[in-house]
Amino acid sequence: MTDDVMRTADGTPLKVKLRQAERREVRRAFLLIAPLFLFIVVSFLIPIVVMLKNAFYDPDIVNNLPQTTELLRQWDGKALPSEEVFAAFAADLKTASKARTVALVGKRLNYEIPTLKSKVTVTARKLDKIEAGPWTEAVISADPIWKDVFTWAVVKRAGSAVTPYYLLSALDLRQGTDGGIERTPEERRIYLQVLGRTLGISLLVTLCTLVLGYPVAFMLATLPQRTASILMIFVLLPFWTSLLVRTTAWTILLQDGGVVAQFLHITGITWISNVLGFMSGEPQLFKTRFATVLAMTHIQLPFTLLPIYSVMKTISPTYMRAAKSLGATPFHAFRTVYVPQTMPGVAAGCLLTFILCLGYFITPALVGGGSDNMIAGFIDTAMNNEGNWGKSSALGFVLLTATLILYYVYNRLIGIDKMKLG
Amino acid sequence: MKKLSILFTAALLAGTAFAASARAGDELTVTSWGGSYSESQRKAYYEPYMAAGNKITEAEYNGEVAKIKAMVEANAITWDVIDVDTATALQGCAEGALETIDWAKLGLDRSKFIGAELMECAVPTIVYGTVFGYDTSKLAEGPTTINDFFDLAKFPGKRGIQKNPTVNLEWALIADGVDAKDVYTTLSTPEGVDRAFKKLDTIKSEIVFWEAGAQAPQLLADGQVVMVSAWNGRLQTAIDKDKKPFKIIWDHQGLDWDWWAITKGTPKIEEAYRFVAFASGVGPQAEQTKYIAYGPANKDAIPGIEPATLPNLPTAPDNLKTAFNVDPQFWADHGDELKERFNAWLAK
Repeated sequence: MTDDVMRTADGTPLKVKLRQAERREVRRAFLLIAPLFLFIVVSFLIPIVVMLKNAFYDPDIVNNLPQTTELLRQWDGKALPSEEVFAAFAADLKTASKARTVALVGKRLNYEIPTLKSKVTVTARKLDKIEAGPWTEAVISADPIWKDVFTWAVVKRAGSAVTPYYLLSALDLRQGTDGGIERTPEERRIYLQVLGRTLGISLLVTLCTLVLGYPVAFMLATLPQRTASILMIFVLLPFWTSLLVRTTAWTILLQDGGVVAQFLHITGITWISNVLGFMSGEPQLFKTRFATVLAMTHIQLPFTLLPIYSVMKTISPTYMRAAKSLGATPFHAFRTVYVPQTMPGVAAGCLLTFILCLGYFITPALVGGGSDNMIAGFIDTAMNNEGNWGKSSALGFVLLTATLILYYVYNRLIGIDKMKLG
Repeated sequence: MKKLSILFTAALLAGTAFAASARAGDELTVTSWGGSYSESQRKAYYEPYMAAGNKITEAEYNGEVAKIKAMVEANAITWDVIDVDTATALQGCAEGALETIDWAKLGLDRSKFIGAELMECAVPTIVYGTVFGYDTSKLAEGPTTINDFFDLAKFPGKRGIQKNPTVNLEWALIADGVDAKDVYTTLSTPEGVDRAFKKLDTIKSEIVFWEAGAQAPQLLADGQVVMVSAWNGRLQTAIDKDKKPFKIIWDHQGLDWDWWAITKGTPKIEEAYRFVAFASGVGPQAEQTKYIAYGPANKDAIPGIEPATLPNLPTAPDNLKTAFNVDPQFWADHGDELKERFNAWLAK
């Protein structure tokens, strides 16, 4: 113990002891966040990864037509495949019909060539009765579609488990006969329009909540505490009410012959409906874009308002007084001194509302018309109604990507680090 | 703090206990379409079945086959017996989500059931008609044919239709002049499909959609629509029970079945068979017609129907004059692409 290293009572160097203590702290900190971290991984990150995987990965064909897809890999795609491929196809279909998976093969191929679903089923049924080849004739006589080179090109394409099909279809695109990318037929082109609509409605709702929320937040922040607390309850009360309840309330208010329609009728304020661009005669409020934006604005208002309010609370009134004492008009002082200081709250509130709006589907479905359905509604329909998980994943992927791009742009323009929730 | 943790533990325990009890024992989960239809099943099937010492938990859905498939794929079966429509029965069967029915095990005579020979994985329970109706207190001179449903000049106002292409496309073609017996040959061609959508376009601005069967009479009752397509029993119940002044138009009703299906791989398969056998019996099948105007699939139950109910059933001779059968094979083959196109159409 002759060196001049500082030591603790038990003789270990202080440096080592300190490092141990630090490590213990880190470990403790990690353990403290571990439950939340695990929760996020399990309930958020893993589902997103699985979803993204489903948008590109569909092994139905390769699993159920294993020999055919293997052989088709060497096929040049110019002439009809060889007898060997047809034999493998027949054998695969026989196996699939025993395993009750023919429908899965048909369903996947049907996405690219409508009617193929029934043709695959019929072919499998006919082949079941045939014991020996030549298979080319047997398959073609079951259905002439197998004479078409394009059919086999689709089988080959779908036979790769990693497929661009779903993502392309979520962007209203598809692979054409020559393998090049082309737009889907006009009557099926919808998703880009829906994505644009989703972004548009979200932006409009965000602006509405800002215009309505900013003055209220200002009032709440500047009024005496006692009055402000009471008024705050009016902001929070709807916030505590379930989204479904509020949407249903709007249904009752807006529906044809409902409270608002009757009020307009009695008071004769038909100009409102004219201004809002509705048909002449009875004003149509329910099942319109107007109703969608109205109900969503109502639901989202507190999300925009609260961050602005809490930022405003931190702004000292002395700045405004100083500005005025230096000769600024109240408006000028407000515009150049007060508003810039509230920007972090505005940025946070607007971003919160915008991103939450992107995922709406109950409200547009209940108070909006068919053409107000947002992308989340289509994800739901594809998943629950059509049973097309590849498509719903691809739509989710498109929405996620669009959101991240917007977030990036937003960050470059405004700066996330400047955002404040209070 | 201590109090809080006790509360928390208690809540957790209660949660697990609840979860356990929900799946405990021989409790069977039967899923159906809600509203007055589920109500009729409750009275005619579930209650007598439970009175005999069995347990049933009810669940509701709107015919989403994807939910059944997800359950089977994840091997997390929470619905044991499901009331499915024809398309779901066929698709569920083809994709291996439903058990193949063993009629010997059911102990029932398959030949006594209308349409039973069409389906491997389901037992027919009722025959229903997709019809349309209007409110006589709002329209003195009401529509009489399916052409009127598409005639905005003669009957201005909103129309409620199901958010599903089935029957809607058929009606569009019939209203466009296609003979009912040629509807499916026409719909099998791309031009026929275009023609149906073109006809639907003519009323698109006035269309309101419903998804759950109970919404249809509700739309009419609320005055949201001047006429609405609906499953006949839903409108009849609104007329009989809620005393609504509705009138059903039977012109070109689309006849279809509902079926009992058993989810593939359910651990309660024995119990499921017992329930389906019970619910398909003569007594319960006749009893159900007291609560909803659907035709029993068990032919032996027909003599047991009260005479007053008979004219309201979709199978009554007067109602069958222009009826067409919804073609299960057509919808099994084309359902996917038509559903997709229909959803795209309504969102434009």
